[in-house]
Amino acid sequence: MNGIYINLAYIFASILFVIGIKMLSSPTTARKGNLVSAVGMLMAVVTTLLKSGLGYQWIVIGLVTGTVIGAVTAYRVAMTAMPEMVALLNGFGGIASLLVGWAEFRRIGGAGWGTLIPIFLAVLIGGVTFTGSMLAYGKLSEKLSSKPWLFPGQGALNAALMLIALAAGVMMVTGIGPDGASTWALWTAIGLSLVLGVLAVVPIGGGDMPVVISLLNSYSGLAACAAGFIISNTVLIVAGALVGASGLILTGIMCKAMNRSLFNVLFSGFGAGSAGNGSAEAGEHGEAKPISADDAYYVLEAARNVLFVPGYGMAVAQAQHAVRELANLLIENGAEVRFAIHPVAGRMPGHMNVLLAEANVDYDLLVEPHAVNPTMETIDVCLVIGANDVVNPAARDDKNSLIYGMPIIEVDRARSVFVLKRSMRSGFAGIENPLFYKENTRMLFGDAKESIARLVEQFKED
Amino acid sequence: MQADSISLLFILVLSIFLGFELISKVPSTLHTPLMSGSNAISGITLVGALIAAGEGSDAMTLALGTAAVAFATINVVGGYLVTDRMLGMFKRKGGENKK
Repeated sequence: MNGIYINLAYIFASILFVIGIKMLSSPTTARKGNLVSAVGMLMAVVTTLLKSGLGYQWIVIGLVTGTVIGAVTAYRVAMTAMPEMVALLNGFGGIASLLVGWAEFRRIGGAGWGTLIPIFLAVLIGGVTFTGSMLAYGKLSEKLSSKPWLFPGQGALNAALMLIALAAGVMMVTGIGPDGASTWALWTAIGLSLVLGVLAVVPIGGGDMPVVISLLNSYSGLAACAAGFIISNTVLIVAGALVGASGLILTGIMCKAMNRSLFNVLFSGFGAGSAGNGSAEAGEHGEAKPISADDAYYVLEAARNVLFVPGYGMAVAQAQHAVRELANLLIENGAEVRFAIHPVAGRMPGHMNVLLAEANVDYDLLVEPHAVNPTMETIDVCLVIGANDVVNPAARDDKNSLIYGMPIIEVDRARSVFVLKRSMRSGFAGIENPLFYKENTRMLFGDAKESIARLVEQFKED
Repeated sequence: MQADSISLLFILVLSIFLGFELISKVPSTLHTPLMSGSNAISGITLVGALIAAGEGSDAMTLALGTAAVAFATINVVGGYLVTDRMLGMFKRKGGENKK
């Protein structure tokens, strides 16, 4: 195919990506948008295959293997496992960019800096994305401990490794040193990028994962961008930049929702050493008041306005279907029902929304904290299901709290609050939650799914 | 080479601004599909992988290129399918599937 047509096709593919992403930002057009962007991808791939002089044998092997693995995992994965799935796919994109950089280095070795700098960047960013995402995958799927891991001199080590990697980059690009030095420099960069990816994610705890996945998502886009510079291909640059920007925006939203800077999320090991501080103060709050499912039912039965506040605990207990059933019964009973979703509830951006969508909850019932907080006094019952830090009033009232200033769902201002929880253990950040000791709070202990199933039974018996 | 790099850089800068404009107002309902959908787009590095696997001349380069094609394809195919599966579940009143 002629070069001009190839480039025209790439422009068209870029347009499809832009339109697709635009459509992804509204629930009514999102699915079509995803399809539009997939068509753009298909077009870019087919166009590339028509380029003259390509040997197809290995390409076909790679394409078939990837398609089979990708399709099977995509159909098999459970909705609750979506965070780790996204992390895994993201990591694969990263390693692909690293491999492209490496292969191109071998293929067009002694090219100018305009090619060598992007090769270095594709390798570095791709490697960090790969191991970082794999570690995030491990933490999210609970194959690894989700606790942050800090050790003395961590920052200094990271900085030193980064400097060595940059030095390797300079050697690669300038070609300073003996013959073959640039190849060694490339290998150094590859090795260090993989190590740096691990080191970047170990100090980050499970509750901060929404930020990390968003950021890694952005990196994979930037790595693709760098790969685009290597082969002077515009569609890679445009698509990579779009992804880079979208990941950064999500990262920003997540940080804002926790009232923390990106720096704080990435380096502070939030929640690593704070458990002691919270439990020492526990005595001041008085007793938490338990409630039985029977009593909870009587209150819910009379309630006219009910707000569900789901958190990661709902995902763990797989309670989303039971929750939807209860919500439907409450609606039949004449109550107004809504779901308040905090942006960082769960382990990835929008985690709760996906689970509730899976359980057939109408997305019009989902509201954001700032929309529901002003009407909190009119709510009869708030059902907090496995959420903790995002409803912690200490974030609003206690200047000494670790999470002070984080926007919360102010359920403590509702007429009554039922907290569904396994035990009195504090949330991921290890922060004591004064909500549990408030006058209007009742604790409904037990597995969230079972507790809700009991409430559903009660409703059905009547 | 240099002039080429500069014009590519120009495209990069404009695309980043375009990306920020496009995505600045996503409702939080769609954060996950947006992430997995854009994640699939980042698999565009597949184009680079295809060229590496198709133009490589020695065994090592071919192996690297083929592995890159496989990983990028998993990213692309898995990403789009999983996003489609998720978005297929986002529904509105009456259980009607909004398409």
